[in-house]
Parts: sequence; C-alpha cells; structure tokens
Amino acid sequence: MGWVRNLQRELFTKGGVHPPSNKIAATMKIFPGPYPETVVIPLSQHIGAPCEPLVEIHDRVLIGQKIGDSEAYVSAPVHSSVSGEVTGIIEYHHPTGVEVLSVQILSDGMNEVHPSVEPLGDPMEMTPQEIRKHIRRGGIVGLGGATFPTHVKLAPPEDKQIELVIINGAECEPYLTGDHRMMVERGEDIIEGARVIQRAVGAERIVVAIERNKPDAISVMKEIGDEYGFEVAVLPARYPMGAEKTLIKGITGREVPSGGLPMDVGVLVDNVGTAAAIYDLFYEGMPLVDRVLTVAGDGVAGHANLRIKVGTLVRDVIDFCGGLVGEPGKVILGGPMMGLAQYSTSVPVIKGTSGIVVLRGETVWKREPGHFVCIRCVLCVRRCPMNLMPYLIGSYSDAGMWEELETLNINDCVECGCCAYKCPTKNPLVQLIKVGKEGMARQQKKMEELTEALDKE
Amino acid sequence: MDWSIVGKAALVLSGLSLVFGALLAIASIKFAVETDPRVDQVLEVLMGTNCGACGYPGCQVAAEAVVEGKAPVDVCLAGGPGTAEAVAEVMGVEAKTREMGVALVHCKGGLAESPPRARYQGIDSCAAADKIAGGGKACDYGCLGLGTCKDVCPVNAIRITRDHRRWVNRGRCTGCELCIEVCPRNLIEIVPRKQNVLVMCTNKDKGRKAREVCTVCCIACKKCEKVCEFEAITVKDNRVFIDYEKCTQCGKCIDVCPNNVIVRVVPRKSRSTKPKADADA
Repeated sequence: MGWVRNLQRELFTKGGVHPPSNKIAATMKIFPGPYPETVVIPLSQHIGAPCEPLVEIHDRVLIGQKIGDSEAYVSAPVHSSVSGEVTGIIEYHHPTGVEVLSVQILSDGMNEVHPSVEPLGDPMEMTPQEIRKHIRRGGIVGLGGATFPTHVKLAPPEDKQIELVIINGAECEPYLTGDHRMMVERGEDIIEGARVIQRAVGAERIVVAIERNKPDAISVMKEIGDEYGFEVAVLPARYPMGAEKTLIKGITGREVPSGGLPMDVGVLVDNVGTAAAIYDLFYEGMPLVDRVLTVAGDGVAGHANLRIKVGTLVRDVIDFCGGLVGEPGKVILGGPMMGLAQYSTSVPVIKGTSGIVVLRGETVWKREPGHFVCIRCVLCVRRCPMNLMPYLIGSYSDAGMWEELETLNINDCVECGCCAYKCPTKNPLVQLIKVGKEGMARQQKKMEELTEALDKE
Repeated sequence: MDWSIVGKAALVLSGLSLVFGALLAIASIKFAVETDPRVDQVLEVLMGTNCGACGYPGCQVAAEAVVEGKAPVDVCLAGGPGTAEAVAEVMGVEAKTREMGVALVHCKGGLAESPPRARYQGIDSCAAADKIAGGGKACDYGCLGLGTCKDVCPVNAIRITRDHRRWVNRGRCTGCELCIEVCPRNLIEIVPRKQNVLVMCTNKDKGRKAREVCTVCCIACKKCEKVCEFEAITVKDNRVFIDYEKCTQCGKCIDVCPNNVIVRVVPRKSRSTKPKADADA
C-alpha cells in the first residue's frame, strides 16, 4: 500500500489515553451561527508577528475587507467578518489570557461583501508562488488550533521535498465534532483544498486520516477518494492520535526528529478545516472570516456545530445555544484536553478556536491549588506519546532545577495532557512542564549572558 | 597459642604505620597547598546559609573572593552590615557603610480588595499561576499571593496571610534581593530602610479600568504629585514613583491619596507596648 502501512494493526503502541469521547454533536449538521451585533477581532490570531490595524475608528468596513496586516513573513492578515462601523481599536481580552489590540466593529446587519471577494481562478493553473501569495492574502492559518500561518508551512526549504500531504481529520479531542461534520458535509471541498496544498508543495499523494470512531465520515471520504484517487487512513480512536507527530508516526512509520518539523520526514499535515478554508478562498474568494466550531459540555443547554464569524463573543455563542445550565465551572476554548480555560465569556472566537466546551462546576472542581505530590507510579511515563518522563520533568520544574530539564528533552513535549489525565494524585503536570520550559529558556539566556561576560574578562 | 605470630603481626603493622606516617608527614610539608588563613576566618563570620544572594556559588567561594580582593567586604547581602563589619575586621580594612535596604512588595490588594476573577486550580507557585493568565487574580499587575517570594526568603521575613495580603518583616529582612528575581510580576523592590512612606501599587491601567479590578489601586490622579513640596513624587505610565532621596516623609501625599495607595509603614515598637525581639524596624 505504499506510504500507508497496514492500518489494521494497532498503530502507536505506546502512550495515549482513552478519555470519554462525549461526541454528542456528531450527528448534528453544521448550522450558521448567531449574527452578532458587535464583533471584536483581535489583530493577533496566529503564531508570529501581530498585525497593524489598517482601518480607523468610524470607518465603514465590509465582509472580507482586510483590517489588519503585518510586514513580517510569519504573520497572517485579519479580515472583517461583518459589515458595519469600526467603533474602536482597543486592547481587549484574548483567549490566551492577555490583552491584545483588537478592532471592534458594530454590525449594520447588511451583510455587504467587499468587492475584492471574488473567485481567484483555477488554482491548478497557478504556480506554487502564486498559491502561497493568495493563501497569505486570505489570512489562512492552521485551523486545528495551533494557528500557524499556512503560507509559511507551504514553503519548505529547497532541500526538503514534501512527498505526502496528510489531511488531519482525526479529531481526537473529546466533545469536538466540527471536523467530523465538515468531512461528512463538505468532503469534496476538503479534497479540492487538499489538492491546492498538494500543488503548492509538489507532493505525490494525499492521505486523509480519520479515527475509527467516525464511520460515516470514513465512508464519505472513501467514496470521494475512489473518485479523486487518494487514500483514507483509518486510525484507532485514541487521544492524541491527531497530534502531528503521532499521526505521522502512525501513518508512515517515520519519526519526526527531536526539535524537527514534519517536513524533515517529507510530510505535511493540515487540518480538514484548513483545507476547506483554502477551498473557500480559491473558489469563492472569501478569506478566512468564519470557522466551524463545536459547542458542547454539560454546562450548556444545547450542543451544536456552528459556523461562527471570527470575532463573535463567546457569550453570544453560548446564548445562541440556549445559555448556561447549572453552575458553570469552566469555559474552555478548544477541546477539554488542550484547550484554554477562560476567566470571562466576553472573549472573542478567533481563527484557532475549534470548540467551546462549557463544563459544570461539580464536573471540574476536583483539586485545590497545592504542592506537587508524586508517588512514582510512572503511569505518566507509560502514557506519554512522546516517550518522555513527565513525573521527573514535573519534579525538576517544581524544584526549579532548570539545567536538569534539558537532559529530559522537555522541549519535545507537545503538552497533550495525557500525563496529567492519568495522574492518580491529580498533579497538574502540563502546567509544571510549561513553567519548566519557560524557566529553562530563561536559565539558558542567563548562562549565555554570563559566558559572554566571562569571555570579555 | 603461638604468641610469636601476634608479636610479629604487631611489629609489622606498627612498622608500616610508622613508615606511612613519615611519608605523609613529608608530603604534607613538601606538597602543602598554600591557603590564606583568612579564608577560614572570613567563612566563619559569613552567614553560612549558602543562599547565593551575593552571586557566588556558596559562602566558601565568596570568602575566597573576598580574600583575593575580587569581592568587597560587604559581599554578604543576607548578613547585612553586621557581617560586613566582621569581615572587614578579619581583612583589616575599614567597613564600607552600605545602607542595607529592605524588600517592599508594591501591592496592597488581597482577596478582599481585589476579588478573584476565576478559580485557580494548580500548583501553589506564582510563576505557574502567572502562566495561566495570572491565575485568579483580577489585576494584571498585582501580587498573586501564592508565596514564591516567601519560599525563597532565607530569613523568613515575608509573611502571606490567608487572604493573600503580604507583610515584610523589616526587622528580619536583610535586603538580600533573592525575592526580586522570583516575582513573576516584578513587584518587589529594595527600598532604603529609613523610608517609611511607600507606594503600594504598580497598576499601569487608567483609573477606571484599574478601579474595576481593585479597591486599593492607583488611579493616577496626580494629587500626590501636586501636593508634594519637595518634587519627590512623579507619575509616569499611570504609576507613582517616590524619589527616596528627595522625600522627607512628611506624609502629605498619604492624606490626599483617595484610594490609600500611599501608606506609612509604622515601626512595630510604637504600636505595641511590649516590644518583641524582632520588632526593631
């Protein structure tokens, strides 16, 4: 079968957990989201340099109009998702917990589309450079959650040939069903988008990776696959199957080297949402102004897969789904394993928000802040998909032993949360690892400065 | 029993010990490493906690540096002026009179003044909480109150109450600066020991926004700047700074401050009729 190994076997034999999948919204069609009165569009929704605002207060903007851009290469422009008047360029809440410069737009309800939004022509006749230019202009970033600018990903260095494009529809996070529904409803669009990616990097083949727990998506994609000539890889349902590195190892058997990128093993991984957004950009001309996300959890009245305009406030989305039920414990943007808990529901939905999971207080409040207690059961070591030793990293990080952390390859950690999920003493290991990564970087910087000072002497 | 064997063994062993003893005696004279006797003397008067506040890996190395002349006699920050004098006596030089400051946490807001915006579940460490959008603290600049500074303090001078207020015991604090580095919000400053009038807020937001998150925040109203007769107070970036050299500690700014952000630290002696051993602020 060429690239795809015999997938009937268990794929990654080491690591991973089976959290309750709770994919209640899997049978619900993607529904257009609320039409917000006000949107707040952060100018930094991606990895890389934040954008500069291109509009001024009281300007009238239209759907698809560029409102922020940056000169930097690793960056992606931001477009307006509604038509209306700019009411403020303000520092506003952002899902990452900091405040960033954002454009506040009061919608006029006209839904007027900017004249620049028109189909770009057949991408199959464009050169890879043109495709990348259009993708940058469309503000497309990785919609799986990492929000890395796609045009940068599609420009591998000369010496690295991409052989395989993996379209990631694994969606291993509990609750989230947006990618699943996209594959069922927009399978052909995803493949058209994937073919644009394939052309941009000159890859030989496309593989769509889907977890075994989505039989309807698998049958739809297999049917389209016979027509277009690509393979569907059926993966075991296990978290974190959809993480880039485990996915590549599962499908090709190749291991991404420590500190390396998928392109080092000739693979490029893109989310199904990104492929669909690329389709929208080339065949409809619409830049990335909305995304599909799942609203789920026991703390919200209705579960749904919604197509939400970027910049819609989370509280508007929750109200649209029937509001909160019971005492809210956590509002998580993204999936419950890797998502970011919010302190306020007035944060906007950004390009990387793959879901809004609202959990009740009694479901999540199980541990008060405390000290690191490890009983050395090494369940975390057995469950780590990256072959690390989370309990040791946690201990060193807790003790502030930054130099030792380097020997444990802490930077290979993908922060999937399997260790913390399995920990019987409920240690927040991922938090400790995050602290450790920062502490180690600070220590290394300090040591460099010290060595420089000594060299001068 | 053949006693001659015992006798022979005793002879051989004592002979061997004599020979090796002689060898060691010669070696100790011939290959002696010259050490300055003052290193040991200095080491004796240093604090001996190996806290590392001086920048050297430990007290031994610091003592060597002092004797070699690489470090000043007041190298030991934790020891304060007393240790500096003792080291100076060993070294036979005049002790430099370096004024030792005391640590000050520039935040007054506890849980009551600045109610948390979220419930924090995680590790009891300020650096860890700061990584998660500041834990539950509503103020983006204020003290998180989880006590990382308390944990590193070598002399137990910092106390954090249950409602996340913090007190620095000015009697115990030696101004060693260890706490400054661990504070993720850069709230701790070393101020001169004599300075009693202090600003207790570092919030850089504008008045209205700051007031939303804390009742004892600085709103940058500039009243203190206007009332100060000695031009000791400046307001910059919505923050108040006191020039400790110009300040005469008259306390006029304390009276005009609408949010009680500027405070006077009262030495414990004057508050209590029974002075305690460590209450010599």
